[in-house]
Formats: sequence, structure tokens, C-alpha cells
Amino acid sequence: MENKRPLIALTAIFSLVLLYIPSVAVAVFSVNKARYGLAWRGFTLDWYMKLFENEYILNAALNSLILAVISTLVATVLGTALALGIDRSPWSGSFHRFFDLVINLPVVVPDIIMAVALTLAFNVLRMVSSAFDLGMTTLIIGHITFQISFVTLVVRSRLASLNKETDEAARDLFASSFYLFRRVTLPLIMPGVLAGAMLAFTLSLDDFIISFFTHGPDSVTLPIFIFASLKRGLTPEIHALSTVMLLFTVVLVVLAERLARRF
Amino acid sequence: MTGQIELGLMVAQAYKSYGNLQALKGVDLEVVKGEFYTLLGPSGCGKTTLLRIIAGLELPDSGRVFLGGREVTHLTAAKRQVNTVFQSYALFPHLNIFENVAFGLKARNFDPTQVGRKVGESLEMLSLSGLEKRYPHQLSGGQKQRVALARALVNEPEILLLDEPMSALDAHLRAQVQEDLRRLQRSLGTTFILVTHDQDEAMMISDRLAVMNNGVVVQTGTPRQVYSKPTNQFVAEFLGAANILPARRQGNQLFTNLGPLHVSETPYWEEGHLAIRPEHIVLEGEIPQGSVNCVRAQVREAIYRGQSLDLWLDPGPLRVRTNTRDRLGPGDQVSLFFPPDDLVALDNQPSRY
Repeated sequence: MENKRPLIALTAIFSLVLLYIPSVAVAVFSVNKARYGLAWRGFTLDWYMKLFENEYILNAALNSLILAVISTLVATVLGTALALGIDRSPWSGSFHRFFDLVINLPVVVPDIIMAVALTLAFNVLRMVSSAFDLGMTTLIIGHITFQISFVTLVVRSRLASLNKETDEAARDLFASSFYLFRRVTLPLIMPGVLAGAMLAFTLSLDDFIISFFTHGPDSVTLPIFIFASLKRGLTPEIHALSTVMLLFTVVLVVLAERLARRF
Repeated sequence: MTGQIELGLMVAQAYKSYGNLQALKGVDLEVVKGEFYTLLGPSGCGKTTLLRIIAGLELPDSGRVFLGGREVTHLTAAKRQVNTVFQSYALFPHLNIFENVAFGLKARNFDPTQVGRKVGESLEMLSLSGLEKRYPHQLSGGQKQRVALARALVNEPEILLLDEPMSALDAHLRAQVQEDLRRLQRSLGTTFILVTHDQDEAMMISDRLAVMNNGVVVQTGTPRQVYSKPTNQFVAEFLGAANILPARRQGNQLFTNLGPLHVSETPYWEEGHLAIRPEHIVLEGEIPQGSVNCVRAQVREAIYRGQSLDLWLDPGPLRVRTNTRDRLGPGDQVSLFFPPDDLVALDNQPSRY
């Protein structure tokens, strides 16, 4: 066993380098004075300043934020309700297996297939109402469809870890169903709900494929904006924007991780 | 409906099945107000199911439950003046000790000053004062158990149900808690119903107990009645050690492989079993001439148990429990006397249990 250790350490370092080199490179170039090329020409925060002057970027950022907030709120409520419903269902066995499959599908189905399916669905719905013209509404609906699964999975694992006797204890102590939910169930699953919401929020913020298929001309999000700008070549502004999004995501993931570990 | 015990608990013909498993097969139970009652039996005997039906956490398939002379069969747990101490204690992990104990009062909208006073009294009664701001995970096992008790008792229930509350405690603490619980019940005068599989616990703690097996109540009575006069082989063997002797009856005389034996209550059967506790068999130096129920035997094995000495005898297998002053070993001859009052004729329906 002894002689395997340096190999393990080496593999670990190599993996970490592979994982983080691209992100670090983006961050480094976002503070490089050089407009073109890969040479280092000194430190600057100009590119970050320019971000806040660019109306298109600010607009895309606002769209991303509106989309993430609304879709996360809806998906968290629906996903939590779904998790509770499955957990409390009087049916067992095959019913649970069926729902586990249904919930896991959106997680494992490739985004591109989800995106195509949504496009098709909106095409059909558009014949019924113009509310389904591509835009913020379709974006929000699209994001909710994949966020629900993640929220439900996180909340369900939280529910599974709870002691069922606490529910019975609350009923035994004269709690009505509503009082039980408000004072016991909800506070106990709250870490899971918040962790699920954070996860859903980051997924929405970072999503490109589904957004690309379901957005309209007035609802460009940050990832779509970055993709569109790439056609004109990589610029330091894009590096700066990517770095901001990266930091934002990292903070959210760390918070979600901490919440999930409470109690 | 008449016949229900005034102000106590009565369960009539309770049946409960889970799929193919019959947990309760027609249980009748009568508990007098103010007594410490124990449901005793091996795991899977239906004692916890019965407790849950009394609590209102489970609905019987058929049968009725009366509480204080009122039928409560279809009332939910939240509508019964019955509170439970759960096996896992089931304290609310996100609430501090004060809020845990206050839960039942707040759920019924008691006013805050009353809640504060009652919770304070309850915590003081169980020596938990000063722990109000702690959370369950910061408490020891014994403290958690007392919080569970306080949380139930603060509601002044007609009946307190205890589902194996001692099982998570270590042996030393358990003995202490059993005595505390006994005193607490005496001082409050509240009806306590305890579920346990530990016959020693049931013996020392109960006013009366019901021995359960396979979904039926096999025997009820005071610990003394049930221990010294078991009605069948299951009770005889579940409550401590017992010698079971096959016997045949001819008139008033009973014949066993130890010879003829006299019994104070002659059984109805022709063929059946007698039981006698190992410590009820008397070791005698000499058998008086012509005395009845005396047998000579030889020690096959002697087991030193600290507070007693167990002898396995031939003919047998026959177990005699004696005090450790007797220095007996394998091969020694002994004379035994079987007191007719302690020889119990068992009920002859082993198949039912």
C-alpha cells in the first residue's frame, strides 16, 4: 500500500489542475490589460468597469436574475409539494418506483432533448394562446420543468432522514395537520428546501441549452449573450463576465452545501 | 353500553391486521383509573399495536376503545386526553427544551403566561430546570427521556402511554429510572400504561399487567398473581424460569416422572402440565417419613449466580434455585419438597398461544 500513495497524490493533483485550469485562466485574463493575445500586460479592473457600462450585458443580467428568481420560487414550491406528496402517499412499492423514475428522468435526459421537447410543446401551445410565444414566459416554464426534479430529489432525501415518530408525537400533542406542517414538518425540511432552491437557482443561472431553445428576442440571458458575443471573438469583457458568474455560482453552491448539512 | 370501567380505559375485542399479519386477534383490556398497568410480551406480540390504538395513532379493524366511560374509537390522537412517551422519545430536534415541552399547550392555544407556568412546573418536577434553552442533541439519554415525560405530562393526560421508554438507557440508569417512574406515577395518580418486553421491569413497576403473545392477552393480574400462578406454559416460561412437568391425573392424584404429587387446585384435565418456579422447590436435609411431595434427586450441575445457586437435578431436567450458603456440587444427593400451593396446573390449550 505504501508505494501507491505518491501515485494517488499525483492523480489527485492532476485532476484538480485539469478541473480548475480553465476557470483560473478565464479569471487571470479578465484582469489582463492586453485586449488581444495571450501575453500578460499588467493588472487592471477596467474590463469589470466596462461590464457595468454595457447596456446589453446589464439587460441580459437582469433577465437572468428575473428568470432565476421566478422559476426557482415556483419550482421550489412545486418540488417540495411533490416530495411531500410522494413521502406521505398511502400507496407503496410500484407507485414509489414509478415516481422515482419520473423524477429522475429530467435529471438524466440530455438537456438538448428536453429543449427540443419544450420547443415542440410550445409550438403546439402557441396554437392555443399567444402567451406561449417565445419569451420570458416560455423561458420560465422551461426552467421550472427541469428544476422541479432537482428540488424534489433534495427535499426527498431530507424527508427520508427524518424520524417518523416526530410527526406522531406532534399529533399526539394535539397538533392539527396545519399546525404540524407549520411547526414541525416545514422547519425540519427547511434546510433541504433551501438547498434545493439554491441548486435550482444556480442551474437556472448557468443554463444555456434550454434557454437557447425557449428564449425570445427580448429575453436574452447572460449565457446566451456570452454565446452570441463569442461569434465576434473572445474579449476580456467576456472573461470578466464569466468570472463574475463563476464566483456567484461558487458562493451559492457553498451556501447550499452548508444548509444541507444543518442538524 | 354498560360494563366499561368508570373513568378508566377499556378495550373491547380489538382486531388489527397488517396485510397477512394479524397483529391483534381480539384483545380485551380493562385498566382502572390511577393504576400503573404494563403490557408485557415478546417482540411482535402486538403490545405496541395495542398501545398505538389506545393513543389514537392507529385505527383498529374492529373493536372499541373507551376512555373515562366515553367511546373514543374513532377519535384521532389529537382529540384524546392521552399522551405518549415514544420509544425514540421523538423530541423535536429544531425546538429547544422549553418549546418541546410547551408544544402540546401551544397547539391548543393556551395563553403564554399559563404555558410558561405549566412548562416551568413540569420541568421542575422532572429535575430539568435550567435546561430550557438547550436543544435535544445537547442532552444525555436520561435527560431526553425526562424531557419526553415532561412534554407528555404537562398536558395532564388521563392516561400516559410509555412505549418501551427504558430500552435506550444503559442497565444501571434503567434501574434508577424505573424506580423514579414508579414514584412519579404514585405521586401524580395518573394512569400509566407501559409497554415492555422486560419481565423484571414489568414485575417491579406495575400494579397490574397483561401478558401478551401472538396478538392475544394471555393472562392479566398483579405481578404476584401472574408470576406465582401462571395459567399456561407461555406465561410460566416468559416470566422467569419454570420447571414444566408432564402429568397425568387419576382422581385427585397427579402422577409425574418424579412420582405422585399433590396440588392444591386439582386440574380439570386428564393429561397436562404442572409448573413450579425453581426457587419455590424446597431443599430439605431429610425427608420426613411418609411425607407427600418429597423426592430424592442427584445434582448434575451447579451454577453459581452470585445472589443464588442454580442446581440442575436428575431425574429431570429439574431446576432448583437455592441460596449460596448451600455448598452443593455435582453428584450430591438432595431431598426436595414441592409445596402443593406452589405447584400450578397449567391450562391445557398450548395451541392457542
